[in-house]
Amino acid sequence: MTPDQHAVVARILSARQQEPGALLPILHDIQDQLGYIPETAIADIAFAMNRSKAEIHGVISFYHDFKMSPPAAHELRLCRAEACQSMGSDALAAHVHACTGIDEHGQTADGQLAVRPVYCLGACATSPAMLVDGQLHARVTKEALDAVLQPILNKTTGGAA
Amino acid sequence: MSMRYQIFVPCDSIARAVGADQVAAAIVAEAAKRQITVDVVRNSSRGMFWLEPLVEVSTSAGRIGFGPVSVAQVAALFDAGFHTGATTHAACIGEVEAHVYLKSQERLLFARAGKTDPLSLDDYVANGGFAGLQRAVAIGADKTLAEVQASGLRGRGGAAFPAGIKWNTVKEAVADQKYIVCNADEGDSGTFADRMLMEGDPFLLIEGMAIAGLTVGAPEGYIYVRSEYPQAISHLEQAIKTAVAAGFLGSNVAGSGKAFNLHVRKGAGAYICGEETSLLESLEGNRGLVRAKPPLPALQGLFGKPTLVHNVLTLASVPVIADKGGAYYHNFGMGRSRGTMAFQLAGNIKFGGLVEKAFGLTLRELLEGYGGGTANGKPIRAVQVGGPLGAWVPPAHFDMEVDYEAFAAKQAMLGHGGCVVVDDSVDLAKMAQFAMQFCAEESCGKCTPCRIGSTRGVEVIQKIRLNQQRDENVALLEDLCETMLHGSLCALGGMTPFPVLSALRHFPQDFGLGSKEGQS
Repeated sequence: MTPDQHAVVARILSARQQEPGALLPILHDIQDQLGYIPETAIADIAFAMNRSKAEIHGVISFYHDFKMSPPAAHELRLCRAEACQSMGSDALAAHVHACTGIDEHGQTADGQLAVRPVYCLGACATSPAMLVDGQLHARVTKEALDAVLQPILNKTTGGAA
Repeated sequence: MSMRYQIFVPCDSIARAVGADQVAAAIVAEAAKRQITVDVVRNSSRGMFWLEPLVEVSTSAGRIGFGPVSVAQVAALFDAGFHTGATTHAACIGEVEAHVYLKSQERLLFARAGKTDPLSLDDYVANGGFAGLQRAVAIGADKTLAEVQASGLRGRGGAAFPAGIKWNTVKEAVADQKYIVCNADEGDSGTFADRMLMEGDPFLLIEGMAIAGLTVGAPEGYIYVRSEYPQAISHLEQAIKTAVAAGFLGSNVAGSGKAFNLHVRKGAGAYICGEETSLLESLEGNRGLVRAKPPLPALQGLFGKPTLVHNVLTLASVPVIADKGGAYYHNFGMGRSRGTMAFQLAGNIKFGGLVEKAFGLTLRELLEGYGGGTANGKPIRAVQVGGPLGAWVPPAHFDMEVDYEAFAAKQAMLGHGGCVVVDDSVDLAKMAQFAMQFCAEESCGKCTPCRIGSTRGVEVIQKIRLNQQRDENVALLEDLCETMLHGSLCALGGMTPFPVLSALRHFPQDFGLGSKEGQS
């Protein structure tokens, strides 16, 4: 971690560590502020929480949301659950794959775009749905997908990571 | 004095996902251009999602609705005088509350949906809010418990356990600390009622939890909300602050002399945390591994203390029960399924949205009556009721009445009331494989039938679909499902066989087997 990152983690730990069951809020705070949870933060968290590093690592790796490497500049999450499937989300996913060359859970080599599946965004009456950089879109058509995807792809140098 | 017009544009996240923010901004801009004074209120959604963004105008004859409205239509709406309540524009649906979709509903939980600004305490109180809490304080814990028991309310998260029994267990437990935990980890596809309620009427959940806390003697509460619902989290956090400031939460709840403090916790993308013991582990800061029961959470739950764990809609049903009495609530419904259910019509459906009705209507009334059939006009081939762990129900069963027991008798489950409709292009063998795949992805890994069985399940269904030793593999799949049903620690492994076996039973031809569709 850089000294700045270290200071952020220390501040979060001192603010939160007395709360009952504070680990998830701590991990969320670190990721919100740093974009990911640096490997080297684990020792600090473990020390503050009086738990082993293995336990902290175990919690981080259990949850789909937590990342241990810097995030891509943009993130596309198509809903792949049943309601969205019934309205053509598989075809949208195939279109994303065709345009980007990356698989679900994949990332472009230049770190511009990551694609992650999500299972339900609570938009099941207006399927299909997707999240782009945290912004929810519903009744997504191929054209609507292209309108957000192409500007991102124009910035990438292409190729899967 | 010039005329002011009140215009409502929902702030529900789905309305926003289909352009409500842009429509609201366009209305403000267009009104300014025409020197018309408008007050734009961001209300909750009515739950008629095919009409979103649904813009409403306040008139002396009630609210007049227009939907779905696009930014491009805003100028024409003003030309047609929509802001005055004129009904000539083509997007006009007339008086909103007279709409056939809404008029026939029995909205107890969603009584305020679409009417109020979700974050306005004044709106909430003016529409009956906190009457339940005040009555609970007035009649005391024993009588409040009796009302909940008399109501016949059962857990709305899926398991349908009688709430009164759970409340009594926690109330009778002797401990130095007790907790109320709200399970708001609504991860099932086809469900959005929890999201709508938390975004659209957060004070109702707060009120229900405060009543629960005072009744069972728990001074601390947690709402565990999935991270996919950021707006629900922010609305709850804001509403909690308002409720504390107004004395409905905190050290002296509604003048009762008792404390109830409420905290919002964000999940982290693990579906399994919707299982109550996994959720408790997560709240404690651990991997979301399922716990063996017993001990019951009601006796040893969060941090080992007696804990009342309920779904959002169960807790949100409490204020009306406390206010109007258990008998009032019990009058809705049939058999052992009392009160109302918030059905969610989703997937390939023409009129998707929220339908709150007393138990006892039929699936056909829901899907064809309210839902209007599929969105693309093709025949409905099946509906998956109760989320990814729910059975695929064929049209031959659409006339059964919707209650917990009737569904169980057909090896299906009502669950949380989500209905995902699919048309005749669906491949149910593929959906069965998806169910196993999803279980493999989301299994916490603690028990073998779920952890290994789901992966083997994917492989076996693949072989069946590829016609590799089909008959032997079908027998193997049935055997595997039997093991998962009876040997899994929780509902994820224990109910993944529901969609798989129902697909196999009702749609054998999708698996390359030659018997007739729709047999039971």
